[in-house]
Amino acid sequence: MDYATLLQVLDSTIRLATPLLLACLAGLYSERAGIFDIGLEGKMLAAAFLSAAIAFVTGSVWLGLLAGIAASMALSLIHGLASITFRGNQLISGVAINFLASGLTVLIAQAWFAQGGRTPSLSGAGRFSPWEWPFSEAIIPVPLVGPLYSELISGHTAIVYLALMMVPVSWYVLFRTRFGLRLRAVGENPAAVDTAGVSVVGLRFAAVAICGVLCGIAGAYLATSLQAGFVKEMTAGRGYIALAALIFAKWRPWYALYACLLFGFLQAVALRFQNLDLGLFVVPVEFMDALPYILTVVILAGFVGKAIPPRAGGEPYVKER
Amino acid sequence: MDRIPNWADVLLVPLISLVLAAILSAVVILAIGENPVEALGYMVEGALGSTYGWGYTLYYATNFAFTGLAVAIAFHASLFNIGGEGQATLGGLGVALVCLALPWPHWALALPAAVIGGAAFGAAWAAIPAYLQAKRGSHIVITTIMFNYIAFALIIYLLNNGLKPVGQMESSSARFPEGTNLPTLHEMLGAIGIPFSQAPPVNISLFLALAAAYGVWLLLWRTPLGFEIRAFGKSEPAGKYAGISSFKIIMITMLISGGLAGLMAINTVMGEAERLVNNSVQNAGFIGIAVALMGRSHPLGILLAALLFGFLVQGGAELAFWTSIPTELIIVIQALVILFTGALDNMVRMPVEALFRARGRAEKAKSVAAE
Repeated sequence: MDYATLLQVLDSTIRLATPLLLACLAGLYSERAGIFDIGLEGKMLAAAFLSAAIAFVTGSVWLGLLAGIAASMALSLIHGLASITFRGNQLISGVAINFLASGLTVLIAQAWFAQGGRTPSLSGAGRFSPWEWPFSEAIIPVPLVGPLYSELISGHTAIVYLALMMVPVSWYVLFRTRFGLRLRAVGENPAAVDTAGVSVVGLRFAAVAICGVLCGIAGAYLATSLQAGFVKEMTAGRGYIALAALIFAKWRPWYALYACLLFGFLQAVALRFQNLDLGLFVVPVEFMDALPYILTVVILAGFVGKAIPPRAGGEPYVKER
Repeated sequence: MDRIPNWADVLLVPLISLVLAAILSAVVILAIGENPVEALGYMVEGALGSTYGWGYTLYYATNFAFTGLAVAIAFHASLFNIGGEGQATLGGLGVALVCLALPWPHWALALPAAVIGGAAFGAAWAAIPAYLQAKRGSHIVITTIMFNYIAFALIIYLLNNGLKPVGQMESSSARFPEGTNLPTLHEMLGAIGIPFSQAPPVNISLFLALAAAYGVWLLLWRTPLGFEIRAFGKSEPAGKYAGISSFKIIMITMLISGGLAGLMAINTVMGEAERLVNNSVQNAGFIGIAVALMGRSHPLGILLAALLFGFLVQGGAELAFWTSIPTELIIVIQALVILFTGALDNMVRMPVEALFRARGRAEKAKSVAAE
């Protein structure tokens, strides 16, 4: 593998890791507050559809992004109602949300555009355009550093940089602010937070809302940046890979970045090489596809460091009466 | 807190949830510019209006009965087995391997062997998540989701490498020998003189599903093991205090659950396709969740819910054929059923409980006033 190929693979690693990272951070906020969310997939899918639809109709990708966030937030609200207000089973609620998004997106897409459950292709201002960094053209001739700068660092869309920015931001919010401390506390011991006079319900809804926003951005990225328009089931299990990355990262922001880059890299390699010939043996593409899940099971099994979820995760909080 | 009467718990609450889901589904159909009453008409006509429609409805219902039972028995032990999809996929592999292994002379010999194959492979796929839950505390929901995806990748790999006959383009296994073809309902009813459409793939697996439902009922409510499963599910600490081994219960429950999901392949792989194709499960594993929730995890309820979903899937297919409403409508209905009967159960339950409390108080006040 030469240098140019390596750069191409790393470049698509970043592109493919971006939606994973956003969804993973979304899940991080929610699960740190004690709300399990296996509905990341559905929220991304709903956001992907509505962002593409609105971007197509209005011709503005920014309006599309807002619409995507709104769609994801609506599903977040349902999840919040079910799991916080009505103290329902958070896992079942997540499953329902995934199916709701999977069905509704195709149903509405068919009703609006009549193209077999797709939106029309986006072009021009309907998509995010790449940001070319200063001197990215001029620097190409410089060996090693030139292509690295112009291929890998420059030339991504705004959302890629936003997603990367969200890692330190999330770390700061969760571990260096009062809000973050309370949010983590509500996921470990909600009764203690309640005793301190802070609203458990309020904090958990805030966490679920942040999760909605981030999933919305992730979905919009899929439809308006990574691809040009919405197609049926376009999330293709990314919500679950993000969930896997979250466990892999043991619910920590920086490790989430590394996990998503790793899983993005696996996707990029599978996309570029199909069956990977390592000389001694051939790694089938199916194995590459399954690797994130296998790795997560290994991590979950606790053979390579133990992944311990937030203690109050998945349990509805009942105030003593 | 006063308990609501049993009939309200078993019938009224699920019924209200179902009505809510139906109303919202109607709203969805209205919102995409179609007529819900007309749509229901097409669905009833298409799914129940002929023996052809009934045949398909029962065929799908058979699948959902198996996966619904699989989810339900895990629910009884407080385990959420979301991996029915993967377990049924592996069950298909087990059934296919059995069917291809020998030149079976007659289905009556092949069926018991395939039942063992399907159940064993389904159970094996549930065994690893179960072991990790029981021994290492890894959350079974996450591991079973992961195992679904691993199963999909594994089957695609095996279909392209090994199972596919040399020279065949399509990625599927070889056709099973004649001797494994299961009798269809058409043949079985025809033998006693009842005419039934020949086209639908509904077959003897239907009765296998009924037997499985009866078996699950016997196990849960008539055996010591069933009692232990339910006691463990109600309260793990209480179960442990009573000397119930959590490892044993988790393992046995999940093995049965995976085995039931794997049995679904008898209907689809052996009964319908008569060879192993990719994506033979077609969401039935997930629909099992809705079926188990709606059926209140009781075998009788599950059979009824499976029939309802069989109707929805067949009716939805007919609907898509005659109108411009895509089959994805059924996924929306499925989601709404899961949402209302599962996650938002308390939303329905709380007002019903309040109603019964108010009535109880009123009666008490009346009897006090009468004195």
